[in-house]
Amino acid sequence: MSAIAVEPSKRGIAGALPRAAARAALLVAGLALLWGVWEGYRWLGIRGHWTWPFEVNDTNMPHISKIWHAFGQPLQPDGPPLRHYLWHWAIFTGKEALAGFVLGAAIGFFLAVALSQSKVVRRGVLPYIVVSQTVPILAIAPMVVVGLGTKGVTPWVSVAVIAAYLTFFPVAINTLRGLLSPDPEALELMRSYAAGRWKILWRLRVPTSLPYVFSALKISATASVIGAIIGETPASLQGGLGYAIVNFNQYYTIQPANLWATIIVCALLGIVFFLAIVVLERLVLKRAPENFA
Amino acid sequence: MNAVSIKGVSKRFKAGVTALQGIDLDVEPGEFVSLIGPSGCGKSTLLRIIGDLTKPTAGTVEVNGKPAERARRDHEYGIVFQDAVLYDWRTVAKNISLPLELLHWSRSKRNARIRDMLELVELSGFENHHPWQLSGGMQQRVSIARALSFSPSLLLMDEPFGALDEMTRERLNAELLGIWQETGSTVVFVTHSIPEAVFLSTRVVVMSARPGRVAGLIEVDLPQPRTSATREEPHFFELVTQVREQLAAAGAPLGETQEPALVEDQA
Repeated sequence: MSAIAVEPSKRGIAGALPRAAARAALLVAGLALLWGVWEGYRWLGIRGHWTWPFEVNDTNMPHISKIWHAFGQPLQPDGPPLRHYLWHWAIFTGKEALAGFVLGAAIGFFLAVALSQSKVVRRGVLPYIVVSQTVPILAIAPMVVVGLGTKGVTPWVSVAVIAAYLTFFPVAINTLRGLLSPDPEALELMRSYAAGRWKILWRLRVPTSLPYVFSALKISATASVIGAIIGETPASLQGGLGYAIVNFNQYYTIQPANLWATIIVCALLGIVFFLAIVVLERLVLKRAPENFA
Repeated sequence: MNAVSIKGVSKRFKAGVTALQGIDLDVEPGEFVSLIGPSGCGKSTLLRIIGDLTKPTAGTVEVNGKPAERARRDHEYGIVFQDAVLYDWRTVAKNISLPLELLHWSRSKRNARIRDMLELVELSGFENHHPWQLSGGMQQRVSIARALSFSPSLLLMDEPFGALDEMTRERLNAELLGIWQETGSTVVFVTHSIPEAVFLSTRVVVMSARPGRVAGLIEVDLPQPRTSATREEPHFFELVTQVREQLAAAGAPLGETQEPALVEDQA
């Protein structure tokens, strides 16, 4: 019997608690640093009368405390506080982004599967997929919303389609790369078992591609949120974060903190999407530890 | 009927390199035949032609009396590469199970066989480990277990221990001989190592390079079962010397390790 080279699991219970504490400390330190950089820049900029790249004043860079305060301020007199609205807008935009993400990821994945099967198809179709992403999304978003609207599609679904448009591309490109990545010997092994195209696809190519797929999903998760926000603007769709951004922009000189609060919520929504994929990856992917990004 | 019958096989690659020329070789059932030769002599290519993983430019190959392609489709052989080629996302047991799943074996039949194979390669207790948790030698044992799981009569091995350290290699050599005797299968074994070829084989095929030809056949009449003591017998050294001289006579520039990257003709 050979020397046993089994590594002890690195996720022991004994080390879990201090590690969680260390992570939390790191997060707090990171946020504190961000706060310090913002306030420090603000302080220097105002004292030094900086005008480049922009003038530093209360409007352009409100105090962090002001932004934090804005979450609790009512939007209309005697109405609920801003955070109440932001929560509902985030849910609305999150719904669009999630639908778009799922749709786009599915399209991207199956497109990649189709492309992986033939070099000729790949050569013929891939350029158009690349071109699809060079079209400015701002230009086609209204067309999608209006076009689908005339077919009786609910506006939020149209926005989801726009989010899907941004989502499918990274998934398609990365999945394709993953599907084509098995070692020649791994393919020879399958051939030695007389495995056909479909068995090779599902038992070798798809599992091999999963790390690539998850890398793409992480990019797409945040892109789908951006897509939903951008999609809402030309759709004049009320009730989401995109509309809130347009709205608060108009009152920026009076209440800059409202826009900043909205931006923070947009970022948080993106982070939630990203983390969801990270968790999913941990659950699904069974790979050597070094294969996790 | 021969286990492997190779007649007039030649292989030319796109780059114009003739990898193999006029190879004739018969392997009888139960034999352990090693192919040895310098880098670029086409021994790995010959192994792949036997397995119908690449087609010869000329000549025919039969495995158990069937044309190579038919034999591959009928799962007449198992193959082991230099890398273990285990699937990371599968456990040890599931890796061994892969060919059985492709052959539509029932779950209970599969589980029984996996247990037997783990015992055969002395890895009982590791069924739920993932490949990256195993040492190189253990990975290669799993690879052998997978190749033998569906009881093919022929085992093709392409420098299976080439990436292992000398001690592990010698231990696995002894284990492989045990497995070979237990299963009674025929083995065609590609190697760079002269002592390995002599220790394992009933017959050593010495090949010359560019173009690859059969330069000599050496019967290895060392008694079975062979043990580590076999490696110290005078006759073992005589045979090693004999193989070395034949390799030298075949014009083998010893010491090369890189196989040239060859592009296949048919691509």
